[in-house]
Amino acid sequence: MAHEEDALEHERASWKPSPGLAVAVPDPVQNPGLPPHRARMTDKDPAAMTRAVRTVYTLFYLSLAGSIWATAAYMLFPIESGRIVDIRNNNLFIGLGIGLALLALGLGAIHWSKAVMSDKEFIEPRHATRGRDATREGAVQAFRDANEESGFGRRTAIRGSLIAAVAASILPGITLFRGLAPHSDKSTEEGALAGDPVALLKQTMWKEGERLAHDPSGEPIRAADVTLGSAVHVIPESLAELGHSEGYLEEKAKAIVLLMRLLPEDLPAEYNNLDWAYDGIVAYSKVCTHVGCPVALYEQQTHHLLCPCHQSQFDVSRSAAVIFGPAARPLPQLPITVDAEGYLVAKSDFTEPVGPSFWERH
Amino acid sequence: MASKTPRRSSGRRSKWATAALIGIGLLVTGGVYAGASAAMAATETPTAATQLTVDDGKKLFQANCATCHGLNLEGTNDGPSLFGVGELAVEFQVATGRMPLQMQGPQAPQKPVQFTQEQIEAMAAWVQSVAPGPTYPDDEVLDGEGDVANGAELFRINCAMCHNVAAAGGALTEGKYAPALTETSPLHMYAAMVTGPQNMPVFNDLNLSTEEKRDIISALLFLQENESAGGFSLGSLGPVSEGLFIWIFGIGTLIGITVWITAKSN
Repeated sequence: MAHEEDALEHERASWKPSPGLAVAVPDPVQNPGLPPHRARMTDKDPAAMTRAVRTVYTLFYLSLAGSIWATAAYMLFPIESGRIVDIRNNNLFIGLGIGLALLALGLGAIHWSKAVMSDKEFIEPRHATRGRDATREGAVQAFRDANEESGFGRRTAIRGSLIAAVAASILPGITLFRGLAPHSDKSTEEGALAGDPVALLKQTMWKEGERLAHDPSGEPIRAADVTLGSAVHVIPESLAELGHSEGYLEEKAKAIVLLMRLLPEDLPAEYNNLDWAYDGIVAYSKVCTHVGCPVALYEQQTHHLLCPCHQSQFDVSRSAAVIFGPAARPLPQLPITVDAEGYLVAKSDFTEPVGPSFWERH
Repeated sequence: MASKTPRRSSGRRSKWATAALIGIGLLVTGGVYAGASAAMAATETPTAATQLTVDDGKKLFQANCATCHGLNLEGTNDGPSLFGVGELAVEFQVATGRMPLQMQGPQAPQKPVQFTQEQIEAMAAWVQSVAPGPTYPDDEVLDGEGDVANGAELFRINCAMCHNVAAAGGALTEGKYAPALTETSPLHMYAAMVTGPQNMPVFNDLNLSTEEKRDIISALLFLQENESAGGFSLGSLGPVSEGLFIWIFGIGTLIGITVWITAKSN
């Protein structure tokens, strides 16, 4: 290229074939060279060239029209009435305008270069990967000179202070990002949990005496109101009082429960811990033990629960045992009973962490 | 570009003759078929039934349902007893065509309805008179004037995991499925919640209050009546249909453009 007259000359001069591996064939493949040049229609026919030029500037004007239309559509289709169809029209017409503007611009540019710009083949040789020895020595000398003139190697006081300053410059970043992580506050019980993800995953809002309540209203549920065949979506009663800024979603994600009532003969004692059920009513965590999707597809006749994400199936009549799919463990069961007023309450928190596996689960 | 083909004076048919002949033939066939099927449909429409009594309902039930459900709703080995299912269950199962069952299987599919509304109501009245159960709701519950936002939230919590957030239906285990609710009438939405047909859990008034059911029905009617804000819904099936669409048409277009960019102009 420009800086070297024959780029490959010095490599060719120094190259020796590797001994023993080269196979000399009597009819080596010949370099076929470039295919013959084929003139385009626009080169042969002036009318075709005129047409191509017209196509290109028509595309550019179309692009211009698209941009103007997108600007106009922003004013013609405002999102002001609050109706959903307005958002749809606004998005549609602005999108069509911008889409046309960019697409026509691109098509025009490509068509210009393919049909109108000059069409000549030429070979652009690669330059050598390895520089000439003189070039390489020059580069080393440049570094040596720079070191000499700046005194970087000689003035150790400056060098040391520079390295220390650069190293220290990342410290604020580390401090700031570390502050984003949850921190424990040993003075309160909740604060102590905050910085400990393992402890956080091992407990939920459920505790002894916590009433089971409807999701999302928070109305407590009486045992007598849970009928055969029903599936009730349940949250802890005190969760409904939490605001969204007070960790409502974080707590709900762990504490959601599905409540079902089965006939006593559908809950055989050899497969179920009947101490944790109340009169055929059972409550299971809705968080799948595979990767944590909400499992709530309850079939009231087969008593199977299906997880919609990966098709794990749990058998509610057998302690929510896994009967199909990738889940590794049964759904955790919430031990329940009734209080003096007949409302369903938890006997305790879940006795194992809900949801998918994590490193320090056991 | 003006055609320079000279008009033929005689003998040869025009090149459009074949197409015109086929077009006329198709139109005539289609017209006759449409007329004939309209006439058939007209003759099939039953004459307006006079008031059917509970006794007529009993006879209809015993003639059409008793093989599986027993002469007095007691059930047989082939079908469950109907004690306590109520008139609403009869309305839901028969008026959506699920009953009479066409064959034993994982789930009763919807079919063309086999009875007139009068016959269904007569059967429902008889079933209700033998062993009472859930009854028809007030019109107000079905009016679609409830709180749509609250209904949509309740739908997402209680129903969407099986029926899909856009009520487009979804698969369950072993061949069972939750049907799409995009065509379902308000009465049948209500009836399904109250009676819990087949494997659907029961959402009676102790689980979802009548007012909450009204909200859910309103939300579903809103979905039925309003077009999708996002343009083509592609069946509202989420990544399955949308992914397929973009893989075929989006990537297909990209490949086409790439081929055009790299081809030499001729």
